[in-house]
Amino acid sequence: MDTTLDKSIVNIDEMVLNMGPQHPSTHGVLRLKIHTDGEVVSKIEPVIGYLHRCFEKHCENLSYEQIVPYTDRCDYLASMHMDHAYSIAVEKLLDIQLPERVEYIRVIVAELQRIASHLVAIGTFGLDVGAITPFTWTIRDRERVLDLFEALCGARLLYNYIWPGGVSHDLSPKFIQRTHEFLDYFETQIFEYNELLTGNKIFIERTADVGVMPADVAVNFGVTGPSLRGSGVNYDLRKTEPYSIYNKFDFNVPVGEGTMGTVGDSWDRYWVRMVEMEESIKIIRQAMGSLPDGDVHSAMPKKIRPAKGSVYSRYESARGDVGIYIQSNGKNVPLRLKMRSPAFCNLSVLAEISEGWMISDVITVLGSLDIVLGEIDR
Amino acid sequence: MDLKEIFDAISPLDGIELNLESDVILVSSASLMAVAEKFKNDADLDFDFLMCITALDDGDSKNFTVAYNFYSNTNKHSVEVRVSVVDGKDVPSLSGVWKTADWHEREAYDMMGVIFSGHPELKRILLPEDWEGYPLRKNYKVADYYHGVPIPKDKSYWE
Repeated sequence: MDTTLDKSIVNIDEMVLNMGPQHPSTHGVLRLKIHTDGEVVSKIEPVIGYLHRCFEKHCENLSYEQIVPYTDRCDYLASMHMDHAYSIAVEKLLDIQLPERVEYIRVIVAELQRIASHLVAIGTFGLDVGAITPFTWTIRDRERVLDLFEALCGARLLYNYIWPGGVSHDLSPKFIQRTHEFLDYFETQIFEYNELLTGNKIFIERTADVGVMPADVAVNFGVTGPSLRGSGVNYDLRKTEPYSIYNKFDFNVPVGEGTMGTVGDSWDRYWVRMVEMEESIKIIRQAMGSLPDGDVHSAMPKKIRPAKGSVYSRYESARGDVGIYIQSNGKNVPLRLKMRSPAFCNLSVLAEISEGWMISDVITVLGSLDIVLGEIDR
Repeated sequence: MDLKEIFDAISPLDGIELNLESDVILVSSASLMAVAEKFKNDADLDFDFLMCITALDDGDSKNFTVAYNFYSNTNKHSVEVRVSVVDGKDVPSLSGVWKTADWHEREAYDMMGVIFSGHPELKRILLPEDWEGYPLRKNYKVADYYHGVPIPKDKSYWE
């Protein structure tokens, strides 16, 4: 009897490796089915939905005001951005003008949130490639941002702060003073991160030239935010379609230039976040320097009942382009609310750009995309 | 380009209609693919980003609308295109033109039960694969059991 195996029927070199949903490097409950040949990845199938909390279904049963705490919980690392994105959509639907002070306050907290969110992204990215110290440093500094938010609205993570038509609490002079102190301190810290991680030879070896995402691939997959700018595409809604009052401030949009390797590699995506934090500092300083007076509650509608119609509004969050599609039928409850989550699109490109790399490089690429599962699964 | 100019650029195609009341372009599902090719390849339009695909229930869970939001980063303009579809009929998949459509169409299928023809792998994405029904339809009824576990429907349970 012939006992030799016919290799054409069974692919004996391929092994399917299951990663997650409980895994320290998948940044939440993400499951990856990785087809490998030896240690080289030939195919990846991301499996999502483990954190699905029926956000869109809930919204169809909640009044517009009640939805804000739910948007908080979508992207729990950048709750301010989610509140802001949703509030802008509702305001567009209601067609209301806001007092200038509200817009300034929103920009200040949104940029502080961007710093806090990027600090987590950078710290965990370091962890993914084996650098443990930067994580403790970034979390320490993020803590100071969270302290500021706690002084502002009482919450450290899920703020429920930006409401349609205004914000829940006004800024105090003490908050502005403490924010100035934080920014002065934080500027020196960015220098230290660069010393510790950015120019670290091991870090560069692990990230440069790894997981290169060409610009056309990124655009085709709908990748947005720092991940897209890392590929050299100048696309930032704060500049291209300024919402709120971003057109009043002077700041740059950093894009990846392939400093350490190829344009669009993991290092570039990391570097864009690093530079963006410096730009955020600039914006916050300008906003606090010209903060006008006013009543933050004056434009808040007593009840929200938009006219029949639909709206699609976009917002640049820490992870990319948040889209909110609201369909209203004239009641105080939306008929349909859809959130276009940036990390959802950013994750979809993972299979495309990490095929052919080693398993440990998949972790690098995933870390550089900076996903939050709360927002992907909604 | 504003909405009128975008409409004029694609107006030689059949089955399209301009709706100025809601600022959208209505497209029949038969001509969606031709519109998509034109959007992607025409240098004046050049919609490189498909931002979002939203499936909407028209109220009776028999008729659905699929809303596509496009954006052009080169020309800095955007447009919303809507396609109406009856339950059981399908809409051509745009995943061959914009890869973004792949996961968004899977989500629309998962939540609203809209079928996209020509999609490489149309299966549920957020819900478990053995889930029954489409939760975002207006006539969706919560099942009594999931894998033998009773689903609490008495509101006093959580209120």
